[in-house]
Amino acid sequence: MTPVPSFLVHPSSTIDRPVEPLAPSTRSWSRAFADISAGFANRQLWAHLGWQDIKQRYRRSVLGPLWITIGMGVTALGTGLLYALILDVNIETFLPFVTVGFIVWTFLSGCLLEGLQTFIANEGLIKHLPAPLSVYVLRTIWRQTLLLLHNLIVYVIVAAIFFGSISHEYTMAPDGHGTHQPGLGWSFLLVVPGFLLVALNGGWVSMLLGIISTRYRDIPQVINAIIQLLFYGTPIVWTVDTLSKQKDVAQAILNWNPLYHLVQVMRAPLIGQEIEPLSWIVCIALALVGWGLALLAMKNYRARISYWV
Amino acid sequence: MVSIEVWNASVDFPIFDAKTRSLKKAFLGKAGGRIGTENRVPIIEALRDITLSLKHGDRVGLVGHNGAGKSTLLRMLAGIYEPTRGSAEIKGRVAPVFDLGVGMDPELSGYENIIIRGLFLGMTRKQMEQRMDDIADFSELGNYLSMPIRTYSTGMRVRLALGVVTSIDPEILILDEGIGAVDAAFLDKARDRLNALVKRSGLLVFASHSDEFLMELCNSAIWMDHGQMKMRGGLREVLTAYKGRDPFENMPQETLDRLGLTGSPVLPNGETA
Repeated sequence: MTPVPSFLVHPSSTIDRPVEPLAPSTRSWSRAFADISAGFANRQLWAHLGWQDIKQRYRRSVLGPLWITIGMGVTALGTGLLYALILDVNIETFLPFVTVGFIVWTFLSGCLLEGLQTFIANEGLIKHLPAPLSVYVLRTIWRQTLLLLHNLIVYVIVAAIFFGSISHEYTMAPDGHGTHQPGLGWSFLLVVPGFLLVALNGGWVSMLLGIISTRYRDIPQVINAIIQLLFYGTPIVWTVDTLSKQKDVAQAILNWNPLYHLVQVMRAPLIGQEIEPLSWIVCIALALVGWGLALLAMKNYRARISYWV
Repeated sequence: MVSIEVWNASVDFPIFDAKTRSLKKAFLGKAGGRIGTENRVPIIEALRDITLSLKHGDRVGLVGHNGAGKSTLLRMLAGIYEPTRGSAEIKGRVAPVFDLGVGMDPELSGYENIIIRGLFLGMTRKQMEQRMDDIADFSELGNYLSMPIRTYSTGMRVRLALGVVTSIDPEILILDEGIGAVDAAFLDKARDRLNALVKRSGLLVFASHSDEFLMELCNSAIWMDHGQMKMRGGLREVLTAYKGRDPFENMPQETLDRLGLTGSPVLPNGETA
């Protein structure tokens, strides 16, 4: 028999075509979870990329990543002194408060702002190398964690200087007014679950808002426009104690600000303050709901991200 | 078992212009109650109805005009684009080499870029360090490996990228036309290594405009045209149909001998006519 040259055969000939499977969906839970577990398994990759990001920013500068620490130190010191004067509070308890507040805020806002850009910033890699998308989320969170570790050096210095004033019961407002804080103690260790909870929340924000921002490029602009407002709406450079009137109303309003609770679970243990049970509840609830939505977005739009970037 | 199975797959790219890529239209469009064609995102059908089955040992060349869908097909086969309709199932470890500028940090040294590439392709840092000598040897980059990548020429980047993908024993190797930037001597070396790799463990898909490269590396070919497979068959017939002449006919006898070919056309089953 004479063989048939293949150009006479229509390309979609069914001769050697395998049996078509039952349409395996690209929108399945199993593939969303497989992506996330593969992302975690690629620990070396995102750890390396995250660390590389930090080194890259300070390449060829003499002090290198130490600039992160210096920048935080200058900001915390300057703002702390200024606001202590404006608000007329005890500087030796207020300065540690502002310093830790800034450090935690930097981590939170970093997870939010850079989380929005998670997929957009990695456009090239997403289009050229097949890798689980959660790798980029982990890269973002890991980079913020490394920045946080650099900033914690400032905390250690400030805590050492003002140890005498925050190691026992204290108040922030002068003359013993305001909330009595227990001071540094074993509750310090709560910073570990506090950090994990905040990082967990950073993870879903980066994944969910990262996906939405990739599709709708207005979202990062919206967040950029209101981030300054969020900063002043969250007690970083002020506290309810420093308000002159209507403290109860202010606290009631503040309880509706999720950022307040996120800051609180990490900041309070570091400066010997008490964490309200409400803060834990809000942070845990936020993580559960947020991850639910992030997983749903991952299930439905994971395969679309490479088309959208 | 290494395989790629694609069934009736299509890849449609939504093209968001500055206006439709915002919430404004999504909201205002709904509020107006009119969801007309102006509200829809225009789509480019990059691939249509691709059905393909590749197995261990296949060395497939992709030919076609610019914009015919070669690169998109390669990206689909690499698992980067999941088909918008139909399905694609890829079994095996994929190592793609697309745009050589991407995935390489110009400020980092060759060594560091080798490690990052390797990590992306599923290796560990330790495994890449073990292969470093082999990659340095193969790529002939010598002391340049400790230089930042921005000092490299295009050909040197190709050497580095090929050194990495061939050293990690991938099962599916996907190469875009960029690798044409290397010199002839290196190509000889790369050919042997790529052929050995494909024999040992997997399959190769290679897009190129160069007959020479295709003949060196591939045994069958796919002709892409307007996002569809126009023809699939032996390399020689596809090239003949695509170019309108037999690319082998003016080739020196020694090259033909080396490639294991005769002067006359070859049919898909390997017999000569």
